[in-house]
Amino acid sequence: MDFNLTNEHQMVQGMVRDFAQKEIAPIIKEFDRKQEMAPFVLPRMAELGILGICLPVRYGGQGMDYIALGLACEELEAVDSTLRVVMSVHIGLNSLGLFQWATEDQKERFLVPQAKGDKISGFGLTEPGAGSDVAAMRSTAQRDGDDYVINGEKMWISLATKAHHVLWFARTNPEAKDPHDGLSAFLVELDRAGITRGDIHGKLGVRAGSTGWISCQDVRVSHLNRIGEEGEGFKIAMSCLDNGRYTVAAGATGLIRACLDESIKYAKERPAFGRQISKLQLIQQKIAHMVQSYDAARLLYLQAGWMKNQGMRNSRQTSLAKWFATDASFEAASQAIQIHGAYGYSDEYNVERYLRNSKGAVIYEGTSEIHQLVQAGYALGYRQDAPLRNELPPYNEQTWREN
Amino acid sequence: MNIVVCIKQVPDSAAKVAVQDGQVTWGEAPLVMNPWDEYAVETALTVQEDHGGDVTVVSIGKEGVEEALKIGLAMGSNNAILISDPALEAADSQAVARVLAAVIQKIGDVDIVFFGKQAIDGDMGVTAAQTARVLGWPILSLASSVETSSDGIRVERTVEEGRQVVEGKLPAVVSVVKDIGEPRYPSFMGIRKANRATIPVWTLGDLGIEEPISKVHWPELQNPPVQEIANEIIPGDSPEEIANTLADKILGEKVL
Amino acid sequence: MNNKVLVYIDQFHGEVLPISWETLGVGRKLADELGGDVAAVIAGQDIKGAAEQAFKYGASQVYYADDPSLAEYRPEPFTSLISKITQDQSPEILLFPTTTRGRELAGMCAIDLESGVLPDVTAIELQDGRVLATRPVYAGKLLAKAFCDSAPQIITTRGRAFDKPEPDPSLTGEPILVDAVIAEADTQTKVVEYAETVGGVSLTDAAVIVSGGRGVSNNPNLTPPEGMDEKQAEIWRAQQGFKMVAELASVLNAAIGASRAAVDAGYIPYDQQVGQTGKVVSPDLYIACGISGAIQHLAGMRTSKIIVAINRDSDAPIFKLARFGVVGDLYQILPPLTEAFRERLSK
Repeated sequence: MDFNLTNEHQMVQGMVRDFAQKEIAPIIKEFDRKQEMAPFVLPRMAELGILGICLPVRYGGQGMDYIALGLACEELEAVDSTLRVVMSVHIGLNSLGLFQWATEDQKERFLVPQAKGDKISGFGLTEPGAGSDVAAMRSTAQRDGDDYVINGEKMWISLATKAHHVLWFARTNPEAKDPHDGLSAFLVELDRAGITRGDIHGKLGVRAGSTGWISCQDVRVSHLNRIGEEGEGFKIAMSCLDNGRYTVAAGATGLIRACLDESIKYAKERPAFGRQISKLQLIQQKIAHMVQSYDAARLLYLQAGWMKNQGMRNSRQTSLAKWFATDASFEAASQAIQIHGAYGYSDEYNVERYLRNSKGAVIYEGTSEIHQLVQAGYALGYRQDAPLRNELPPYNEQTWREN
Repeated sequence: MNIVVCIKQVPDSAAKVAVQDGQVTWGEAPLVMNPWDEYAVETALTVQEDHGGDVTVVSIGKEGVEEALKIGLAMGSNNAILISDPALEAADSQAVARVLAAVIQKIGDVDIVFFGKQAIDGDMGVTAAQTARVLGWPILSLASSVETSSDGIRVERTVEEGRQVVEGKLPAVVSVVKDIGEPRYPSFMGIRKANRATIPVWTLGDLGIEEPISKVHWPELQNPPVQEIANEIIPGDSPEEIANTLADKILGEKVL
Repeated sequence: MNNKVLVYIDQFHGEVLPISWETLGVGRKLADELGGDVAAVIAGQDIKGAAEQAFKYGASQVYYADDPSLAEYRPEPFTSLISKITQDQSPEILLFPTTTRGRELAGMCAIDLESGVLPDVTAIELQDGRVLATRPVYAGKLLAKAFCDSAPQIITTRGRAFDKPEPDPSLTGEPILVDAVIAEADTQTKVVEYAETVGGVSLTDAAVIVSGGRGVSNNPNLTPPEGMDEKQAEIWRAQQGFKMVAELASVLNAAIGASRAAVDAGYIPYDQQVGQTGKVVSPDLYIACGISGAIQHLAGMRTSKIIVAINRDSDAPIFKLARFGVVGDLYQILPPLTEAFRERLSK
């Protein structure tokens, strides 16, 4: 078992790290304070090809593998969670969902411009009244001739006001015996008539990002915009989450690393009781826990990425990686502030932003509570993965890099 | 426009280097392309964008140096060559210069050779000038901006006293400093290409030159002495007296 | 003359760089130990006066080339000249000051003379008649001892690492004129423009930094102009204090820094803040005025070679890091200190 990153993976990691550290790190605090997304972030990530990193070249992507996606997310979130949120919704939830479920024609129309970064995409699952309880969603899509008419409101949608496309989930069959089977997925272009959207401010964290709501009032889309079959919506959403939560796991790993690095730096400089606090045992204990969290989180997400490369179903491993890393990053950020003392409580240092950002990740893409139920379900045999009509394509260096 | 960039692989600048059993160690720190050389590659690629042609990165070392050459390819260079020969392991700067000159002559038809200002391990800062001297080409060093035409080159350089603009004919050797502009990241396309590339390895035999004799030897490496600060409060009856004493003491430390 | 050592004297537009005299001092000591003489070599135009100065600093002989083609430094003709003189004189050691010119000349002469070069050394000793030089490597994280086993041993000496000899006006001589080796027509480069350095020094690159802290606003002897409220008056006083800091910085050709307290109080912009969350600097000389030495500030400048602290409070933590400290009022100390430097540095 070779646990080393290939030379190519290291180059990808280095490139994304350099971009994030050189171009974003110096300005992020300013935008976090303003609660605004820096306007150059999306165009620059698009320009560099980061927004299509793990999609085949023939679909407009960069032909890297799923591990490269994870590595990129780790580097992005080590600077700020908002950068990784972009990857989570644009690649993890939307683009990889299309990659797995869309027809060739739909891939040409929607996936290619997304992979190139010409179109930004989001994920419309959550509603004001439905978070963990996905099946309780109220948005409807009524068949009318060759079209569907969509009504409903989605909330807590990252990039709501910045995206061009959204993967929208709605009820097509209110009569279905099991409400999970009544849902369908649609790729909706956000410049259609009947769509309104807005930003949500006042969030605890990910303030340098863009989170908002989208409302559809009698929005017409062609049936050719429906992704997958009617009634497959829930299964599609869950497989999208397998990829979204993978990016969250990798990102949270980067957040733990940032907490660790800053804590080490501060502890070595700050004296108390006659020596640097890095020599004091209770500080060392906190550092040790961060190391443990980082190493474990990293191995969990890399394993999930490896499984995706092989074409292996990885729902359980990805859920585990996300749950572990996000809980651990919340704790790491809290301890990082503690190590910094009163200075950690001020935004002069980065650690308070890490804590505020980390709390979001234990809520979205499956709350920690949901993941615990998932893991127990697998262990107790109450939950099993049935094969899907479409699986996430495994990585193939040769075919993914052909034009 | 045929351009060669000479690069070196060195330990990362953040590495904690120390001497152990007479050898330099850098722990787990990675080996990277010498940071100054990234600027040299960037300059070469910019000149190529303006004038077309080929950019070749070359380096001397063992197999692992290929990783640094691959970064050069991933940034956009067209070719890479590794010069590897056990006889070159302890080569001093003038031996390296002679080898690089032979490489440049073997590549043939080269218009410009770029170097970074210095390598951050040896901090010699003379290899560019020495290579130029072996080739008989002019050296335009410490360039902060470069302009080329079909047969000439014009650089802005900073010396102790100010900034100069120097012109010369091609072929020429140029060493660059950081003001020349931030090096581009390797692109993903570049990374894919670099991954596929097979880098030719040349030995001294391939170059057709005799083993160059090194004249400089490094018998000893030391960790620098740990300094205790001697705190001294300057006494005096008047501010003028204190000021004069302080100025003398500061000048005595030779930091001005 | 038994010239065991040859020293290149670096000059720019006719002015000898003082580091050259340090190098000549090293050459003199080595020549004495080797039981021989040290000669100096200088090239330029209208350079005879500069050449004559070399005797005062210990040269037994001075070779000079004086030609329009040498008025502007170009590496190739200067290298050919120095190599020729070296071949004629066959010294054991060829020294250069570490300047932009001296360093590349040393390297290029090493090629001509088929010998080795040891650039930027900070210490020299003779072991069995051969130079063993100390050079910082890995950005000074390590020191290497090195030697060259061929002749001449070509070395460049780092500035301020060796004492500048006291000039002895009683030492005089007649410098020997030599011809330039390369004609202008054969010189491969031309200097087409030149501009002297103007403007401020950047904090992160500066060799010398003078910083102000909270204390700069505490001058009770200043009366603010009419109509200012307390906060405005405080800022006005601080600005007067920073003017003093700036004057000292100007005489020392230094950059100006500030502590976080001064930035927070609005005395000076954030991009001049030195500290853990500002800029991290590592100058040769750091003069902290009215700065107490909070850990956040120290983290930004503790690797400075020499730290000088001026503060009214003898318990201020900065004094522990300071090589030299003055317990006193900075607005009383700074003006005479500026004068003292102005006087000494103009020599």
